[in-house]
Amino acid sequence: MKRFSLLWATLGLLIIWQAAAMLLNKDILPDPIKVFAAFFTNIGGELGVHFLASLWRVLASLVLSVALAAPAGLVLGQSKKLDRFFSPVIYLLYPIPKVVLVPIVMLFLGINDLSKIVMIFLILFFQILVLVRDQAAAIRPELVYSVRSLGAGRRGLFRFVYLPASLPAILTAIRQSIGTAVAVLYIVELIATTKGLGYYIYLYGTTLYDYPRMYAGVVAMSLLGLGLYFAADWLHRLLCPWQFQGEKGNA
Amino acid sequence: MIQVDQVTFQYEKHQSLFQDFSWQVERGQSWVIIGPSGCGKSTILYLLSGLVHPQKGQILINGELLNTPRPRTGLILQDYGLLPWATVRDNLSLGLNLRTFYGPDGIHAPKESADYRKRDSIHYWLERLGISEIATKFPGQISGGQRQRTAIARTLVLEPDLLLMDEPFASLDTPTREDLQYLIQSISKERPLTSILVTHAIEEALFMGEKILVLHNGINTQPMILENPFYGKLDKSTEKNYQQLVNQIREELKGKTA
Repeated sequence: MKRFSLLWATLGLLIIWQAAAMLLNKDILPDPIKVFAAFFTNIGGELGVHFLASLWRVLASLVLSVALAAPAGLVLGQSKKLDRFFSPVIYLLYPIPKVVLVPIVMLFLGINDLSKIVMIFLILFFQILVLVRDQAAAIRPELVYSVRSLGAGRRGLFRFVYLPASLPAILTAIRQSIGTAVAVLYIVELIATTKGLGYYIYLYGTTLYDYPRMYAGVVAMSLLGLGLYFAADWLHRLLCPWQFQGEKGNA
Repeated sequence: MIQVDQVTFQYEKHQSLFQDFSWQVERGQSWVIIGPSGCGKSTILYLLSGLVHPQKGQILINGELLNTPRPRTGLILQDYGLLPWATVRDNLSLGLNLRTFYGPDGIHAPKESADYRKRDSIHYWLERLGISEIATKFPGQISGGQRQRTAIARTLVLEPDLLLMDEPFASLDTPTREDLQYLIQSISKERPLTSILVTHAIEEALFMGEKILVLHNGINTQPMILENPFYGKLDKSTEKNYQQLVNQIREELKGKTA
């Protein structure tokens, strides 16, 4: 049912695109057939290489941010003292649009893969940190008491309570922030690089004026974002099935 | 089995709940602790479970000083304390998984090395508590009574010798509550189980406790203990002494709050 409606939505958008291309009848809006032709002829070659470069940057930032933010969030969520100390800092940093930090990060880390990965990391890190922290803090003391009474010490609580409790928070954070992460990826790939979808789109759009290819790059970048979003969603359903069960008999 | 020895306890910035409070429980007895809310009846259960510690005095269980939760003490709470992400069956396995995780270290699991991979007991308790049909459901999908059955089964899987229950039936409807009261009672009769149940309901106290400890608001120093001749009796409303005892407890609960 849901998949079916997604298919219809995709089809509808393609029809609107096609109609707009026919009405406008200009090079700057090629119709979807031309664009997808360009996409499929290039994805096995040059476009594919740029796609992988972008994918690597996002995945590296994802791994890095989960590895650092999830444990930090768990610690802050469990310790009121530490949270009281750090929460004003997080409160100030969290809403800052991280994209304005691009020039600063590049200044300090140089124009390389690392600075690009760190930029996306900054976006994901705070999102995951805040959600995991709140999730860990929301665990009811009764649950902790009863699991402790079954024999859990600190390690046991971490393994059997805090870790599984933080998993949905991590996946939700990834889903919520993946769009922003890919947007910032585009921006950082405009600057001083010759690899990545941002560069590819810029190159074919403003230098080579090959619009079908530019649009193929846009499609690739959209698919990157969509694919990661769907992957996070799928993992969420796979790993956290209790959140997707009907609420029947919920007294 | 349990020796509460001149215990003094208060929560931070609160009045003392217990001062030089001493109390003994013999092995195999079924106790009920009753009292108005805020009298410390849940606190004494947490003290006995080793989750909180007295400021003064000590608690001995089987002659051993209680410092951390004891592997053979089971704790059942009013709001079940089930893992929301685990099915009924996985919730039942939690205690065994923890024991496998730590090994028989004497702190988190009993020293005598049992084979924790033996999962027959899970099957047994699923059947015994009538929850085998919902074994694959999550706590969010089952009723309050089924959740409490799951919590009870999870505790009994670990074969406790001491069962502590904090108002376990308070949020259940009457038929469910009565079912579970019978069940707990028959289980504690058939095995060497010492049980302590905390409640604020006088009827429940008179059904579930062969001895009743009455606590009151303010500082508890001397335990007020009642022998209950109506323990486990179904139809007691016709007996004239029953109403007398009910009134006596009611007076105790009321009188000391003033």
